[in-house]
Amino acid sequence: MSEDIKPRVRVQTKAKKGEVVEVKTLVTHPMESGQRKNADGKLIPRLIVSAFDATYNGKPVMSAKLEPAVSTNPYLSFFVRVDESGTLKLTWTDDNKQSWTSETKIEVA
Amino acid sequence: MTHPRSLTLGRRAALARAGGYGLAAIASVLAARDAAATPDSARDWLAALAKGSPKDGKVSIKAPEIAENGNAVPVTVGVESEMTEKSYVKALHIAADGNPNPGVASYSFMPLAGRAEVQLRVRLSQTQKLVAVAEMNDGALFVASREVKVTIGGCGG
Repeated sequence: MSEDIKPRVRVQTKAKKGEVVEVKTLVTHPMESGQRKNADGKLIPRLIVSAFDATYNGKPVMSAKLEPAVSTNPYLSFFVRVDESGTLKLTWTDDNKQSWTSETKIEVA
Repeated sequence: MTHPRSLTLGRRAALARAGGYGLAAIASVLAARDAAATPDSARDWLAALAKGSPKDGKVSIKAPEIAENGNAVPVTVGVESEMTEKSYVKALHIAADGNPNPGVASYSFMPLAGRAEVQLRVRLSQTQKLVAVAEMNDGALFVASREVKVTIGGCGG
């Protein structure tokens, strides 16, 4: 299951200097809330993507701590101001400390 | 003679039992309600993250008035503010006051974000209020809330 987890990122790859661009992200993850019970009536242990982090050229942009109230396959969007060409690096980390990263290049004309 | 009487008793017993089940059902519903977050626990959760007394304004929450499916309710939270080194939104905390746990998400921003606006999809177990608190870099707090009516809850199962 965990092998299937793949982050998807949508952001414009060309921007003007100083432009604030929107970044839309989605990672396929069950986001098991820890509230559900299996067929035997036992609680299914919590397993969610609990941390999200975005940097641009190594400089921090934003980060988020997520709670079980965030839906399955968490969709997150945010903004970043691009002053120079660079790489947007996103990292998702789940309760098992497993993490996924994605890198997207943005070119400033 | 005995037959109709026993029938009556049977009916009474059945009614009593039905009443008993009814009470049990109400009790379990109440217990479920007790387990859910309340406006107070949501406030406590937010207060633990952002100390101080928040003022109304600057923060806006966009969410559907009625959500048919509580499993994925699209929510947009934005803060009206410039994002410069001198003045920017440092953090944004989102809570829901009717879920099993009050927390939804807690964001932190740097001026590089350019705009303090996020979108996400949340689970809402019942009709409840979303509350968002923004913390500015100078420590000022702003709050907004919005009620979302939920037709089918989206927690547990």
